[in-house]
Amino acid sequence: MIPELGHVALIIAFVLAIGLAVVPMWGAARRDVAAMNMALSLAVGVTVFVAVAFALLAVSFLQDDFSVAVVAANSNSLLPPIFKFSALWGNHEGSLLLWVLILSGWMTAVATFSRGLPLVTVARVLSVMGMVAVGFLAFSLLTSNPFERLLPNTPLDGNDLNPLLQDPGLIIHPPLLYMGYVGLSVPFAFAIAALMGGRLDASWARWSRPWTNVAWGFLSLGIMLGSWWAYYELGWGGWWFWDPVENASFMPWLMGTALVHSLAATEKRGVFRSWTVLLAIFAFSLSLLGTFLVRSGVLTSVHAFAADPERGLFILIFLALVVGGSLLLYALRAPSVASRVHYSGVSRESLLMINNLVFTVSTIVVLLGTLFPLIMDAFSLGKYSVGPPYFNAVFVPLMALVMPFMAVGPLSRWREDTTRRWLHELLVPGLGVSVAAIVLAFLGSDGFNVWIALAVLLAGWVALGVVKDLWRRIATGVDGGLTWRRLTPSFLGMALAHLGFAAVVLGAVVVSQENEERDLRMAVGDIETLGAYRFELMSLGQQAGPNYLADQAVFEVRRDQELIAVLVPEKRRYSASGQIMTEAAIDARLWRDLYIALGEPIGEQAWAVRLQYKPMVRWLWLGALMIGLGALVTAFDRRYRSQRSNVTAAQSGVAAVAG
Amino acid sequence: MRAKRFIPLVAFAVLAGLLFRGLSIDPTELPAARLGQPFPEFAQLELKSGRQISVASLAKRPALVNVWATWCYSCRVEHPYLLALAEQGVPIYGLNYKDEPVKAREWLAQLGDPYQLNVVDEEGSVGLDLGVYGAPETYVLNAAGHIAHRHVGVLDEAVFQRDFSRWFPAAASVAAVGSEAEQ
Amino acid sequence: MKIALKALISATICGQLWLASFALAVIETYVFSSPDLELRYHQLSQELRCPKCQNQNIADSNAPIARDLRVVLHEQLEQGATDDEILAFMVARYGEFVRYRPGVDRNTVLLWAAPGLLLMLGAAGLLSHFRQRPSARSTDVTEAEQAEITRLLGEPRD
Repeated sequence: MIPELGHVALIIAFVLAIGLAVVPMWGAARRDVAAMNMALSLAVGVTVFVAVAFALLAVSFLQDDFSVAVVAANSNSLLPPIFKFSALWGNHEGSLLLWVLILSGWMTAVATFSRGLPLVTVARVLSVMGMVAVGFLAFSLLTSNPFERLLPNTPLDGNDLNPLLQDPGLIIHPPLLYMGYVGLSVPFAFAIAALMGGRLDASWARWSRPWTNVAWGFLSLGIMLGSWWAYYELGWGGWWFWDPVENASFMPWLMGTALVHSLAATEKRGVFRSWTVLLAIFAFSLSLLGTFLVRSGVLTSVHAFAADPERGLFILIFLALVVGGSLLLYALRAPSVASRVHYSGVSRESLLMINNLVFTVSTIVVLLGTLFPLIMDAFSLGKYSVGPPYFNAVFVPLMALVMPFMAVGPLSRWREDTTRRWLHELLVPGLGVSVAAIVLAFLGSDGFNVWIALAVLLAGWVALGVVKDLWRRIATGVDGGLTWRRLTPSFLGMALAHLGFAAVVLGAVVVSQENEERDLRMAVGDIETLGAYRFELMSLGQQAGPNYLADQAVFEVRRDQELIAVLVPEKRRYSASGQIMTEAAIDARLWRDLYIALGEPIGEQAWAVRLQYKPMVRWLWLGALMIGLGALVTAFDRRYRSQRSNVTAAQSGVAAVAG
Repeated sequence: MRAKRFIPLVAFAVLAGLLFRGLSIDPTELPAARLGQPFPEFAQLELKSGRQISVASLAKRPALVNVWATWCYSCRVEHPYLLALAEQGVPIYGLNYKDEPVKAREWLAQLGDPYQLNVVDEEGSVGLDLGVYGAPETYVLNAAGHIAHRHVGVLDEAVFQRDFSRWFPAAASVAAVGSEAEQ
Repeated sequence: MKIALKALISATICGQLWLASFALAVIETYVFSSPDLELRYHQLSQELRCPKCQNQNIADSNAPIARDLRVVLHEQLEQGATDDEILAFMVARYGEFVRYRPGVDRNTVLLWAAPGLLLMLGAAGLLSHFRQRPSARSTDVTEAEQAEITRLLGEPRD
């Protein structure tokens, strides 16, 4: 009964979404206020019914209703309850429902927080989001129904959730990631609405910015979690593999980065209007492309859901309609007159343009690398593979290229600036950073490491730019005193995000260069030294978990005779599926991780173990966390909150005149 | 320039076309790297007789080389079809891949032997030279002794009709007639 | 319905098995006659793709073929083969598919050149864009005026 109710709720949501896609859009074209006003209630309606469907599916999972196909395929009676719940989105059908739920949540948020915006705009924005919802709900109902039943041959128990997914990482990584993916539909919708209305001015950019920053922030957090999860879950200490599914999340992020910056320029100076609109369209298009790549089976990936070309075709048609339609709209309605705002070749605008360029090129490069095997295959030119060696070789230099400009950016002036002033601001401290870079590069294990020197230089340079900007803002109080007034959320968010980026770069380079790893056979009593750390295998044993049996090895790690940590890596055998999994043991500190993983048993008394020393690996994720939080912080800026009252006043004035 | 605005749309159309084409391609399918090349040279023992054999032992006519092992479940699934093919007169050479000869001989005794001869490849070195990455795999040798095709996975009627009939027309038509007669 | 069920379950099992093989950390204890060889082993085992797996290199994969290829890699390194020779050996048997770093040939030249070409294209676009613009100076304030403004307002707001 419950699955049927859920199915019905989903159908009702679908119908309401069609209403949302059509009615307010029509109302906007006809300036019919009643029709436009329906947008809010329709958006809320869709949200309510999708939420009901989601809740009912969750109930099916939690009640072990194995007559529901996805429950039987992904859950098990022995599964801990929290994983029964998260198993809902550990599969294709359920994750689609999560996607739609999050989309409807964003729709309601936009409807709620846009009271001060012109009704025409809000109506169009919500209609566009409604169109996206129609597509995904249709996809779900027609090809991937989560409420499909296994009657009358109901299995007695389920297949169990893949042990890799039985982890807190699964609980939070997909929802955060989807918040980002789906959230990019908001700037997309704003861009479409702006194109339709013919108003690509600064106000469109101002409205879009908080939504874009928040969505991009969540995407940053989602990607960070994915990387961290892979690190501790998979047992080999890697954190990024340039796998097609990873790239599918990274490309929207890269485009989103360009968009976040381009919107700033459009909002403040009215420049880059066409660029920004295009970026908004592309960012969400890449989200949709990612959905296609992950679910269609077109590319090989360890992360991909079970491949189904029929589903792939559906998504592709949807993609063609949404992206093709929006790009056609762009071609027809994009401003043909360039903004008359002037800026010189040396200015903040031009720096932001360079930023746009580098991040756009990066996105294309990642896309090209990801699709290259497909391109070669499609033209029967052979089977090729493109992996980390290629991506690292081309991507790293691009990021290195943008970083010097990142330092100058916050300090630069709009419209016109001079390189002489930049040198004046940054030369002396810059020299200091350079010296520090060279000194620190000697701290590595093999003498001078040029990559570390470069990383410290570039990251330090970026941090320097932020610190200088911070100081400038604090030190401009009345009478030369200190003031906190200019530390707006907008600035603080930017500062945090830029520092976070520097931290990520530094962490990535240091851990890649100074990582130490040893694979060896160890028996009880064996000792191995890695750098300054002494690993001793104390004992071997077994431990039973709720749905698995684990072989354990207890290690003591010492440094200079002092006990640093007791690490217990495990090899688990899950009872329901028989699958075997490695649980690495990690001692995590700010400046280094110690990582132990078990391989295969060697005889009765020994194991193959991998010991790793990973300096500054946490900086990767802390930096990414800073980026995400920084983006979220900017949304609290007063100008986004106070704008509503300004626009409302203007609107009521207009309404009074209109009568 | 108005036309410039259409560039993103055109670029996307190209991408969409590519992705559409991609839907009908299987990215996991890997053609044999040695396609068109002669069968790699080897010097191993034959499974049943124990004599030394090499590439020369493979007669110069269209034949199948089937990579199999007793630990491979799918090989057991395809075995009856291989027997049927052998009965149709299709010459099949076996490559006993990373297996124990004793077990292999027992297996054949139990289930039937469709092979003209079987190359013992305990180390997997012949397989490595051939580009084998799992069992079962079936290679087609043409009349010149060159590798003409490779199929990865279970060999059955549908696959044979679709991909192999080019080299074994007689067997294909007999099999087709046979299945028609059954209907 | 039954067929759908079977398909669903086998697809799930296959899907789970792929991930399961990914879950085992591959840790083997090779002995190398020199640390340089060990370094090359780690590099090459990450550059070579497992022919059978769902996008994994031979270092991380648990598949039998990946294990075999690691053994071959170890052997060849100990025998003194160069990186190029080892890669050629693998490509001859498994095709360009096994190289995660695509070799530079007629087909891949565009792939390797693309980043540089795109950057140059973009830079050229930017430069021509700036050449076309009328000077920003015409309506500008002078340096002295700017200094006065700065003094009055504090640093320009952004």
